[in-house]
Amino acid sequence: MKHALTPQRYLILLAVMLTASVGDTLLSHGMTQVGPVTLAHLGLLLAAIRNPWVITGIFCLLGFFASYLTALSWADLTFVLPSTAFGYIVVAFLARFWLHEPITPYRWAGILLIVCGVGFVANGPSLTEHAPEQPATGGSE
Amino acid sequence: MIVASHIHVGPIETWATILTVAATAVAGDVLTAGAMRRIGDLDRIRAKSGLGGAVRAVTSSPMFLLGVLSMALSFFSLLFTLSNVAVSLAAPASASLTFLGNAFAAKIFLKENVDRRRWLAAIFVCAGVFLLTK
Repeated sequence: MKHALTPQRYLILLAVMLTASVGDTLLSHGMTQVGPVTLAHLGLLLAAIRNPWVITGIFCLLGFFASYLTALSWADLTFVLPSTAFGYIVVAFLARFWLHEPITPYRWAGILLIVCGVGFVANGPSLTEHAPEQPATGGSE
Repeated sequence: MIVASHIHVGPIETWATILTVAATAVAGDVLTAGAMRRIGDLDRIRAKSGLGGAVRAVTSSPMFLLGVLSMALSFFSLLFTLSNVAVSLAAPASASLTFLGNAFAAKIFLKENVDRRRWLAAIFVCAGVFLLTK
C-alpha cells in the first residue's frame, strides 16, 4: 500500500466533504417543504426536483460526485469514505455557531469518535497495491 | 405548501427503506470505485486528453454506468425515506450502515486491504454518526 497525497489531492477530499454535507442539508430542507412522498403519490418525487432547495442540493451533489470520482481514481474506497466523514463535524459546528443549535454531550462524543476514525485512515496508506496481472499464456517459471 | 413535521410509519417500513438506501448506496460506491480503479488516475487522463477525454473515459465504462444507476436508486430511495422517516434517524442510520457495508464490500469485491486501522475507522465513524443524532 502506498500513501502519497499531494496538497491538491487533500483539496479534492475537502471538496468531497463540503459539497456532500451542504448538498444533503439542502435536500433535507427541500424535502420538508415538498411533504411526505408515499407509494401512492410517487409523482411528488418529480415535484421535488422542481423545488429550488432540492435543485441547489442536486448541484452541490453534482460537485460532490465529480470530486468523489476523482478521489476514487487514486485512493481506496475505504480510505476516501472515512476521510470525508469529517463533513459531519463541519455540519455540527455550523449548526452550533451559525444556527445556534445546542450540541448535546452525545453529539460532542460523536464528533470525537469521527475525528478518531478520520485520524486512523488519514495517517495510513491511501491505496492498496495489487500485484500486476500475469499474462495467461507464455512465460517460463 | 405542506410541511412534513410528524410522520408515522411502522418500524419495519422505516428500516426497510433505510436498508434499501444503504444497500443501493453500497452497490453504487463499489461499482463506481471498481470502475475508477480500471480507468486509472483521472488527474493523469485529464493532463493527457483534457477534461473531455476524462469525461469520455468515465462515461464509456459500463461498470460506472451501473454504479450511477445504483446511486440514482439510492438517491430516490433517500428522498422517499426522508419524506416518511425523521431525518435525524434516516440520514445517520443509512450513512452508518453504508460505512460498514462499504468496508465489507470493498474487502470482498475490490480486494482492498481493509486492515485493522480501516475497520476501526469504519466502526468509529459509524458509531460517531449515530451519536450525532442524540
